[in-house]
Amino acid sequence: MDKFTKITGVAAPLPLINVDTDMIIPKQFLKTIKRSGLGVNLFDEMRYQDDGSENPDFVLNKPAYRSAEILIAGDNFGCGSSREHAPWAIKDFGIRCVIAPSFADIFFNNCFKNGILPITLPQEQIDMLMKDAEKGENARMTVDLEAQTVTTSDGETFPFEVDAFKKHCLLEGLDDIALTLEKAPAIQSFEAQAAVSRPWV
Amino acid sequence: MSPKTLYDKIWDAHLVDTTEDGTSLLYIDRHLVHEVTSPQAFEGLRMSGRDVHAPDKTIAVPDHNVPTTPDRVNGIENEESRIQVDALDKNARDFGINYYPVDDIRQGIVHIVGPEQGWTLPGMTVVCGDSHTATHGAFGALAHGIGTSEVEHVLATQTLIQTKSKNMKVEITGKLHPGVTAKDITLSVIGRTGTAGGTGHVIEYCGEAIRDLSMEGRMTVCNMAIEGGARAGLIAPDETTFEYIKGRPHAPKGAQWEAALAWWKTLYSDDDAHWDKVITLDAGEIAPVVTWGTSPEDVLPITATVPAPEDFSGGKVDAVRRALEYMGLKPGMKLTDIEIDTVFIGSCTNGRIEDLRAVAEIVKGKKVKDGMRAMIVPGSGLVRAQAEEEGLADIFLEAGFEWRLAGCSMCLAMNPDQLSPGERCAATSNRNFEGRQGRGGRTHLLSPAMAAAAAITGRLTDVREVM
Repeated sequence: MDKFTKITGVAAPLPLINVDTDMIIPKQFLKTIKRSGLGVNLFDEMRYQDDGSENPDFVLNKPAYRSAEILIAGDNFGCGSSREHAPWAIKDFGIRCVIAPSFADIFFNNCFKNGILPITLPQEQIDMLMKDAEKGENARMTVDLEAQTVTTSDGETFPFEVDAFKKHCLLEGLDDIALTLEKAPAIQSFEAQAAVSRPWV
Repeated sequence: MSPKTLYDKIWDAHLVDTTEDGTSLLYIDRHLVHEVTSPQAFEGLRMSGRDVHAPDKTIAVPDHNVPTTPDRVNGIENEESRIQVDALDKNARDFGINYYPVDDIRQGIVHIVGPEQGWTLPGMTVVCGDSHTATHGAFGALAHGIGTSEVEHVLATQTLIQTKSKNMKVEITGKLHPGVTAKDITLSVIGRTGTAGGTGHVIEYCGEAIRDLSMEGRMTVCNMAIEGGARAGLIAPDETTFEYIKGRPHAPKGAQWEAALAWWKTLYSDDDAHWDKVITLDAGEIAPVVTWGTSPEDVLPITATVPAPEDFSGGKVDAVRRALEYMGLKPGMKLTDIEIDTVFIGSCTNGRIEDLRAVAEIVKGKKVKDGMRAMIVPGSGLVRAQAEEEGLADIFLEAGFEWRLAGCSMCLAMNPDQLSPGERCAATSNRNFEGRQGRGGRTHLLSPAMAAAAAITGRLTDVREVM
């Protein structure tokens, strides 16, 4: 997995609540058997018009935000389906960090597996970040995972919380499966015990 | 010993390892797999030279992409869909996991097949790369959706790295009125809590109205726990549960059945267990409901009118403005005046036999409104066979419904069953998101009985008027 340490980049404002994973990547793009190449279809239905041309009003189509690395969004971001295609599309587009007042559970977990940092901040701070992001490409924010801070273009800094284990994995770019396989003896002993206590499983 | 919730008990029984910061390794008893969220996980296994740790606990079935028209015996026309289903065929064969291919009568939606075959049992941990895994919570199993990276993790290790959720109790007291169903319960709960109301929690549904539900109804309730934001929904197992399970192909038999039963009977929340959040609804106050917007929390009784953006606050004001424009609705109009183009009955929420019986009861001897597209997609080949045996299929065909083969179909429209822009659909599925059933499609969620009523009148209808 790609490491996440510190990024400084353009933040795109997406002031919508309940952005669901169907919106992030519609189902017609779930037919792939690969993880890559989904960035072009990120937010497909909002980003493109019926004839396939770009919708100039959509934030990621505006010149200032075409290379955004951070996304500022509303409450309950990533709700709905468990499709990991959502974080794959976000990452493939080039966004490495999503900041919102709250996230849906499965999407939140999926981000960490893909080197994306989801940050939860109170609504008042999101409002300030949203304003900062609306300034366009001159407003570059900095997200520092080690220090657990988001810094606006004006130098205002907001601390954020992150699960210690997830932080460690992101900073080091660790593979979960390899970590778990180190615990193979514990898994085997659990299985031996379960074979006695719950043999029907 | 300190009192525990049902969730606490299942969690504790599956703990392999816990570190100081609370990160836990949880053992997974059943891993369900479908074709959309698994190919990258199997590819990951191959690339790292890993094997499936417990193929006997892994069950795969194609459901999202498969056509539900009779011509599917000739193969899947859409190339990408075909490749995905072929990939699952190959992965199931290569790794030796349990598999129900498209031409097997037991094929169907993964969340209907699992319980039907007796794979899902009380007290288990069940995961699947699909958010509606919550369905299996109806058996008192801790069941939730995972992403593809986690699918690979479970395939390789039969465990999942988790942090424990909080406990939330949703109690439905009293009895439901006629015409009000499990779907109305679960939608009404989301209408009350909002789609983020359960975030960070595992919900246990309880109370008289939940106890009174069949297993099919309980699965409908738990299925939509995810739409309330919860990691999982649970219902404590009881005689209704045990009776449903007994005799199913993969249910324990003989002495093992007795041993299992003894343990299952301990799976309930202790009287003085701690709840982080409690919601109580009176079943007698629940009406048949429909959604009017583009979030499952946009729920109202069928007797209500379309709300205005100003009726809300915060970010919801803009969201409602956007939703009404997308849905083509004006504030103040009666929900029963909304005309429908299409009726979709099926999905892991409402594609079981009881749902089809409820539809048949309403449409028997009646006709689908002229010009309307109305389809019934059973949740599995066995549900379809049973409906045919009970004479329900004849009722549907007589009324003018299309009677399909099993699959996810128009719930998420990955197969050819899709809405056109502006097409308005009364659907028994679980999501009314923008574009969910097809780009520009407009979805109203409701119960099978309500969908049946809409099919006859051509508009959203209070089912109590046609009973």
